Amino acid sequence: MNGLSIWLLFIALALGTFALRFSFIYLFGKVDMPDWLRRALRFVPASVLAALVFPALTYPNGALDLSLGNVRLLAGLGGALVAWKTKNVLWTIAVGMILLWILQVFL
Amino acid sequence: MKTIGHDFISGARDSLPILLGVVPFAMICSVVAVSVGLTPFEAIGMNLIVFAGASQLAVLQLMGEGTVWLVMVLTAWVINLRFTMYSATLAPYLQKEPLHRKAPFAYMLSDQAFGVTMSRFANEVPANPAWYFSGSAAMIWITWNASAVVGALLGTLVPESWGLDFAFPLSFMALMFAALKDRPAVIAALVGGLSAILAKGLPYNLGLVLAALLGIGAGVLAENISNKKTGAVTQ
Repeated sequence: MNGLSIWLLFIALALGTFALRFSFIYLFGKVDMPDWLRRALRFVPASVLAALVFPALTYPNGALDLSLGNVRLLAGLGGALVAWKTKNVLWTIAVGMILLWILQVFL
Repeated sequence: MKTIGHDFISGARDSLPILLGVVPFAMICSVVAVSVGLTPFEAIGMNLIVFAGASQLAVLQLMGEGTVWLVMVLTAWVINLRFTMYSATLAPYLQKEPLHRKAPFAYMLSDQAFGVTMSRFANEVPANPAWYFSGSAAMIWITWNASAVVGALLGTLVPESWGLDFAFPLSFMALMFAALKDRPAVIAALVGGLSAILAKGLPYNLGLVLAALLGIGAGVLAENISNKKTGAVTQ
């Protein structure tokens, strides 16, 4: 790709992404949000965050790996235990990364 | 009544722990961009105007494989569909703000800012919720782009073997557990996460969006069933 087409690509990505971010912030009050949507949105964080996390642990190199050789799955389960007990991002990252590095040495 | 500045700073401060996940992920987005052949200036520009890491990584991977322009754009948009859900959830809290503030607030909306803001609002909504959100979003935006500059300049010096991108799922994990307030939310997370694993093979990362919708549907269904059991009135 040459310089101009790369910048056109970035602009297309940026405009579309901004439109998605702005969508309901802009429409609120103009279009009433239906009740079923309001109830559904309560579950957005839990569902989307899980949908981002689960594949990141089980597809370490682009292929499904549920074996004990998958260090990201093992370190991630350790991190999940810390996340569950503390709900703290800092501790979860610290324990998860250290587990990953230790497991990488031994596996 | 707390002041606007107080809530802005409080949002920024509550975002500090998650910056540990933001710094390496933003750096990686730049490092990968340089590794597929972008100049450091282009890598920095991409982070600045798109500011959506997961979709950027997907586009960069496709670029390295020589994918057509249209598929790259559609892929990024699909991955970023989740922002409409964030936008709708945050909208009631931003209503008092004029359009010239809503637009930059929307531009700065990130997974991390949404996560920090909603986990705070679940316990207590501050006096100026829009300013709490913008404090969090601005802190994450500045850190993201500063890290992206460092990443672009360091280029390939950061060894991939460090696996710093692993901080990304780890930070989302902590936010996810904070969102698991009741049984329907746990069911939403389990169904969303497991479907994302099963749907990983779908083209254009459509699996992520599909799995999120299935998880939300499962949560609503679980809530309906538990309301019927207890005879509670649906809100």
